[in-house]
Amino acid sequence: MSFTFADVAAVKNDLARVDYLSDEAIAGVVFLAERLQKPILVEGPAGTGKTQLAKSVAEMTGSRLIRLQCYEGLDEAKALYEWNYKKQLLRIQTERADDHDWAEVSDDIFSDEFLLTRPLLEAISADDPVVLLIDEVDRVEVETEALLLEILSDYQVSIPELGTIVAKQIPMVFLTSNNTRELSEALKRRCLYLHIDYPDMEREKEIVLTKVPDITENLADQIARVVRSIRSIELKKSPSVSETIDWARTLMLLGVSKIDEKVATDTISVLLKYQSDIKKASKELSTADGLSA
Amino acid sequence: MTLVQPPDPTVPVDLGEPILDLLAGFIVQLRSAGLPVSLTENLDAMEAVKHVPLSERDTFKYALASTLVKHHNHWKAFETVFEVYFSLRGPEYDIVDESELPDLDDDEHGEPESGDRAGAGAGDSLTPEELQEMLYRALMRGDQPMMRGVARQAVKRYAGMEPGRPVGGTYYLYRTLRNLDLDGVLERLLQQEQDTDDDPPSDFEERLLRDEYQERIDKFQKEIEAEIRRRLVADRGIEAMAKTLRKPLPEDVDFMHASREEMASLRKAIYPLTRKLASRLSRKRRHGRKGPLDFRSTVRHSLSYGGVPVEPKFRNPRPHKPEIFVIADISGSVAAFARFTLHLVYAISGQFSKVRSFVFIDGLDEVTPYFEGVEDINEAVHRVNTEADVVWVDGHSDYGHALGVFWEKYGNEIGPRTSIMILGDARNNYHASESWIIKEMADKARNIHWLNPEPRSYWDTGDSIVGDYAQYCDGSYEVRNLRQLEAFVDKLV
Repeated sequence: MSFTFADVAAVKNDLARVDYLSDEAIAGVVFLAERLQKPILVEGPAGTGKTQLAKSVAEMTGSRLIRLQCYEGLDEAKALYEWNYKKQLLRIQTERADDHDWAEVSDDIFSDEFLLTRPLLEAISADDPVVLLIDEVDRVEVETEALLLEILSDYQVSIPELGTIVAKQIPMVFLTSNNTRELSEALKRRCLYLHIDYPDMEREKEIVLTKVPDITENLADQIARVVRSIRSIELKKSPSVSETIDWARTLMLLGVSKIDEKVATDTISVLLKYQSDIKKASKELSTADGLSA
Repeated sequence: MTLVQPPDPTVPVDLGEPILDLLAGFIVQLRSAGLPVSLTENLDAMEAVKHVPLSERDTFKYALASTLVKHHNHWKAFETVFEVYFSLRGPEYDIVDESELPDLDDDEHGEPESGDRAGAGAGDSLTPEELQEMLYRALMRGDQPMMRGVARQAVKRYAGMEPGRPVGGTYYLYRTLRNLDLDGVLERLLQQEQDTDDDPPSDFEERLLRDEYQERIDKFQKEIEAEIRRRLVADRGIEAMAKTLRKPLPEDVDFMHASREEMASLRKAIYPLTRKLASRLSRKRRHGRKGPLDFRSTVRHSLSYGGVPVEPKFRNPRPHKPEIFVIADISGSVAAFARFTLHLVYAISGQFSKVRSFVFIDGLDEVTPYFEGVEDINEAVHRVNTEADVVWVDGHSDYGHALGVFWEKYGNEIGPRTSIMILGDARNNYHASESWIIKEMADKARNIHWLNPEPRSYWDTGDSIVGDYAQYCDGSYEVRNLRQLEAFVDKLV
């Protein structure tokens, strides 16, 4: 059996190549997932690059990304497969004209030809390498989660009329969750668990440097510092990495080279999205000793 | 795979199979720390360690974590157990002399870029002032190896650790930190910044600087903790240490005895908890059972079947939305509990038709307005604690009087749709109980629950008279941690 990655450092480098700055934990889990052939369940606050990780891994390995966006009310027909009902009807009608045997027809209409593959089945039956991303899995009901279990543990889908379809090659699977509810034990047990938190200052600075072209190191450093201070305040919603990047871009457009209090409070609405948060952060940033210190 | 032979001969680590034994022992420790580790996860971990060398400590740690820890709240507990369990099994964990402590002279001659810090073992000969000076420099430059060196020296010097002494790690930590005066160092670092800069930094800049230094100090503190742990493990062995260092998971932290750090982790835990609870409750409501039979509609539809009621029709379920009265004791010992409960109740206030809250110590005050139109529940709770007028005579809990005030002022507003929650330990300082008020309230209200943050075995001991009140309540519950609180609120709705 051949593996794509030699060791953890290789994963990290490859991810950096596609502009995703990982850390030990992220690279380690991706490495392990490939070795153990297990799905990865990624949790963490919004906007820390959970979905991006899956995209980057796809890009890095040159695989096709198949994405299943979860929502409340997602069902088998949308996630796994569906019979192409209209086509089946047509088929039955044409057969009838030729006077065919019923058994023959019924065998015929439940075949591959009449099967509409949905993301999960598509990922399983793909010939080329794929990365399957099941996004925001916490949005589906607990009952629907059960749909995923077979595919996650055995990489196969059972279709009553057709039999079991086993994966031709094991895809990399990422599940993301915003933690709005506790996922079932059964699901968690089948996955490797990865929690992506806000990056530390050094890493955030690196991220800003890679994602925002032409930014000076000095400014990136200041941005990372201010964001860290804001995150240390108890807020409704702390600024995410993507918001940090937006802020960096804003500052670039404004031609700012040094962040002072005025610049920070003027543009803080890019970072924070709640009025109460903005008020609180502006107030705290302008007091030297800070309540959280 | 390279393994470092541990200095402790009682823990044999050879190449090959023993790694699995090691892992099995580790999982036993995790389970006894309260982490749910299933058999499959155990097997996954065993599979995982085949791919990751033990010598790469961090990678090894994350590999184990990803297979064994499936909940972010459990990460800290995992980390502690990991550090303890594998602490003797890494090269940097040999207890050696402080040869790695950098030489002070080195710094005084001003060579900040000096790469090789493995000077002579001068650590022991330093005066306390010199050590303090080194700490200051290390923090100023954010110099990790030097911080570690200072941490080791400080623990050695100040913690006063003696072999076999049955004292927990927190005690040593306290002793070490007391001697180091980290707050003073922080002030000095900031002061120095002001002196060197030509123009004094604005408040904003100072705030950023302070955060920077604070982070370094936190790192330093972690170094000290690690050092203490290392020494304790060396002294007492792994299994014993894992037990003493074990910390409860955030959902199991006792409200009444939470340390400041635990409080912070509780506060962090409560927000996702309320969000989860709210979404679960609204989901439950949507998928709830059907309402009662709608006779009129059934008959109407039966006409199309010649009068046979083939298809029974049901009314839409009327969501039952109770009115909630929260009456909370906010005197010292139970204040934290009241705070979390208020927070939780208001976070899911959409589930109730009305929420009114009252707080008391020996007087009682309504605090509902503090929560109205407020986005930040934390702030409202803070205002409750500081502004509410709850002291009548001396600021010692007097349930009897507080209930009396409630009954007199608000008793008429209790209706058949009102659910009452009373929060408190019912430690009444030997005042009159006035439990007849509870009885009257119970008669008028839909139901009445008593939430007590004390362990059930303490109830009705000393001046606790919870039994007196509980006999008239529909239920009395022990609510000592978030897990129990969540379970109660779930049941209430």
